[in-house]
Amino acid sequence: MWRYIGRKLFVYLLTFVIAVTINWMIPRFMPGDPVRSMLNRASISDPEALERMTTYYETVFGLDTPLYQQYFNFWAGLFRGELGVSSMLYPQPVLDIILRSLPYTLALLLPAILLSWIVGNRFGAFAARNKVLDNTVLPVGYILTATPYMWLALLLAWSMGIVLGWFPASGGYSFSLIPEFSWLFISDLISHWFLPFMSLFIVALGGWAIGMRNMIIYELEADYSNYLQALGAPRRLIRRYAFRNAMLPQITGLAVQLGTVIAGALLTEIVFNYPGLGTLILSALNNRDFFVLQGVFLFVVVGVLIANFIIDIIYVLIDPRTRVQMTGGGA
Amino acid sequence: MTLRVNDLKVYYQTLRGDVHALDGVTFDLADGEIMGLAGESGCGKTTLGKSLIRLDSRMKHVGGTIELDGKNVPIADEKAMVPLRYHEISLIPQYAMSALNPTRKIGRMIKDLMKARGVDPASIEDELHRRLELVGLEQDVLNRFPIELSGGMKQRVVMVISTLLNPSLLIADEVTSALDVSTQRAVAESMVEFRDRGFVKSMVFVTHDLSLVYQMADTIMVMYAGHVVEKASAKTIVNEPKHPYTQMLISALPEVGSTEEQGRLEGIPGKPPGLLDPPTGCRFKDRCPLAFSKCSERPPLVEIEPGHWAACWKTG
Amino acid sequence: MSNVAGAPGTAEKSDGAAAKRGSEALHYARRNPKLLIGLGIVLGLLLLGIIAPFFVDHDPNEYIGPQGQAPDGEYWMGTTSFGQDIWAQFVYGLRATFLIGIFGGGVAFVIGTAVGFVAGYKGGIIDEILNMLTNVVLVLPALVVLIVVTAYLEVRGLFVQGVFIGLTSWPWAARAVRSQALSLANRDYVDLARLSGRRTWKIITSEIAPNMSSYLVMSFILLFGGAILIAAGLDFIGLGPSNGVSLGLMLESAVGWGALQRGMWWWFIPPGLGITVIVASLYILNVGLDEVFNPKLREL
Repeated sequence: MWRYIGRKLFVYLLTFVIAVTINWMIPRFMPGDPVRSMLNRASISDPEALERMTTYYETVFGLDTPLYQQYFNFWAGLFRGELGVSSMLYPQPVLDIILRSLPYTLALLLPAILLSWIVGNRFGAFAARNKVLDNTVLPVGYILTATPYMWLALLLAWSMGIVLGWFPASGGYSFSLIPEFSWLFISDLISHWFLPFMSLFIVALGGWAIGMRNMIIYELEADYSNYLQALGAPRRLIRRYAFRNAMLPQITGLAVQLGTVIAGALLTEIVFNYPGLGTLILSALNNRDFFVLQGVFLFVVVGVLIANFIIDIIYVLIDPRTRVQMTGGGA
Repeated sequence: MTLRVNDLKVYYQTLRGDVHALDGVTFDLADGEIMGLAGESGCGKTTLGKSLIRLDSRMKHVGGTIELDGKNVPIADEKAMVPLRYHEISLIPQYAMSALNPTRKIGRMIKDLMKARGVDPASIEDELHRRLELVGLEQDVLNRFPIELSGGMKQRVVMVISTLLNPSLLIADEVTSALDVSTQRAVAESMVEFRDRGFVKSMVFVTHDLSLVYQMADTIMVMYAGHVVEKASAKTIVNEPKHPYTQMLISALPEVGSTEEQGRLEGIPGKPPGLLDPPTGCRFKDRCPLAFSKCSERPPLVEIEPGHWAACWKTG
Repeated sequence: MSNVAGAPGTAEKSDGAAAKRGSEALHYARRNPKLLIGLGIVLGLLLLGIIAPFFVDHDPNEYIGPQGQAPDGEYWMGTTSFGQDIWAQFVYGLRATFLIGIFGGGVAFVIGTAVGFVAGYKGGIIDEILNMLTNVVLVLPALVVLIVVTAYLEVRGLFVQGVFIGLTSWPWAARAVRSQALSLANRDYVDLARLSGRRTWKIITSEIAPNMSSYLVMSFILLFGGAILIAAGLDFIGLGPSNGVSLGLMLESAVGWGALQRGMWWWFIPPGLGITVIVASLYILNVGLDEVFNPKLREL
């Protein structure tokens, strides 16, 4: 197992280095002058401030030093926790801006991922090899996974937010409220959270249900299932075993799907104008604030890597096969 | 009689029609008898093995009866079969290497299975330990996952599990084909020992390996294209076979006692007939050197001498 | 996307007798409602995307009609708040959606199968390296990478978008193909070809690939659907083709210009519905194919 975890760690480290390198390379090797286009969009009327900004960005890009020097400086800055300064919200550090948005995105993502995974697995297991349910769950599941996240978000925002008016369809909390630890504010926060969360949850649900259904069918055809059946074991026991075994690939699936769900969260936020990383990306794009954009990119990559690593460890703890290999067992 | 199979017909449903995999199979199996079931692949021996315990979804019971210890075995009735399975009829599958749930410890799996079959796990615990010891496994295997065991160990674990409730009839389907020669012999010997100790009353040992079956079985039944062609004591089948097919099968073996990996019969010209639309009469007639006009009628399986049955007009 | 759409299971393949298997597959294909419905809808929308634009005699982005008109006899899907004909945008958008699917999916398919085949067939150190590469690209969140990369492009086109999507979405296909190729590479007939001194590339294309053709078709369909969804996401964020028409761009402008607040449902429902129906039909078609080619699933 240590070998296994070591390999995984190596891949993640490599991925991180590659991500940082991409991040460093893109503004330098893409056609066009990023500093110029960034400053063009920054609506600063004070010429002195503009002057200061220009000098700042030119030093940060370090365009007058040799390339390798620029690269090392980039890493050095990263280790000091410097992600640069935003141009749209000059002179706020990018890190602060991101940390302000991050809680909103996490509040959407974590419950949506975990709940959709749990509920979807239950549903899929339930539907597998049950003719009536299978014929409904399967098409519904496929339609849900095929739904673009932002579209379901739009449908929910329109129907439940605007037409029915049950939930607010925009923002993270009401403008009339000041963030504080009060029942009023928290309930307001939750009512704003609900629709984006539901939208994310529903789309992700379909994929898990289908994945589980397919895995269970595969497991029910496996030799151990046939053996138990031949020995007259009841369906209940066989399905329980199949479910357990089908869970394992679903855990790996969680790691694989992470990127898709995160992308979904970003898109959903934009529809609801929810003040998380997605909305931040959109305004960074509109303002050509590359520092914010790249900072978000790094944050997402690091988040994905950490989540992947956690999933790997859980997997090792749950699957006896990897666990056995780690203790050098096996006769 | 432990087992009495009478004119059993089981067909496989396929796109092009029914494959007559078992087309009127009749035989008896005595108490304590170990019967080797031999024949080329596709002759219906595996289908027969399956039919005795669980039909898969493509198999259809068309006719005939099975009686075990005087009681009818309702093979077409999935529900009614459940109480018989494991308690009365058990199976060591071809895929013994992968027959154990990979994510359950073996002991735990056995407990689950016992509870599911209405047996108190504590009541069989001592017996379980004794039997594991008998096949040369330590009690510790119960605390392990299948992946921690070697192929031969898994095979023996499955053997112990399958016979734990002392079934009347055990079907062993190609149990040795995945093993190396020395392990094959050990497994075959333990099977005989299980019979001798009364863990199972009688046994059907499906195999393509005639030489192995010769060493351990009391009787051998040879099948060809869905029919039984001959059944007699192992000695008789190997030394004085009467049916022309059996004769060719035996002479095609390089030498009795050595192990032939594949039961391929290059020695016999021609191929077995397709069972989708099988020929009438004796199914071996197209390859048979002795065939004559009467062979267009199906020869009955008759007892040509005590305990020796054959289905051929020439021997009858 | 690995566990979406009946991720092709362990379809058993018998060596030889391919022709017989083919006709059998056809037999099942004709009777598989999932396959027929999925294929029917996909082909229907494809035809619509190909033919309908010829009957639109104006540019889909042209301000031609009344502003914010609900669907009626003249404008079947209504108009945008600028007076653009949504029907025209929709059919042109369908065309673009299929193009990006074929193109992005195609690039991903070529990379994925090439990497998978070579890794699975060659093994050893090459496998290790390719596997590592696959894992790296697999954990990178595709859409976020694409956002950062395309944000710097001043002018974006369908072609570039397709290439970038292809470059980020191939890994799971490579993994799937690798494991299949690995099992096939050890078969007798491949050994024979190797012994007879044939080139690796020849062996892969003539001995290995044909034996997993159904599997490859299914992988392509999944990549196709995936590319459509990613492209829609990019378009929606505002990183779609400049001055183009696509279903994702329609959603973007609908949200950007307040269709939601104004209750102009006809602006944002058709494009999203179009994407959903295409991709869902592709997935369902895939399940059908899986059932046809994988005998274990037939008895359902």
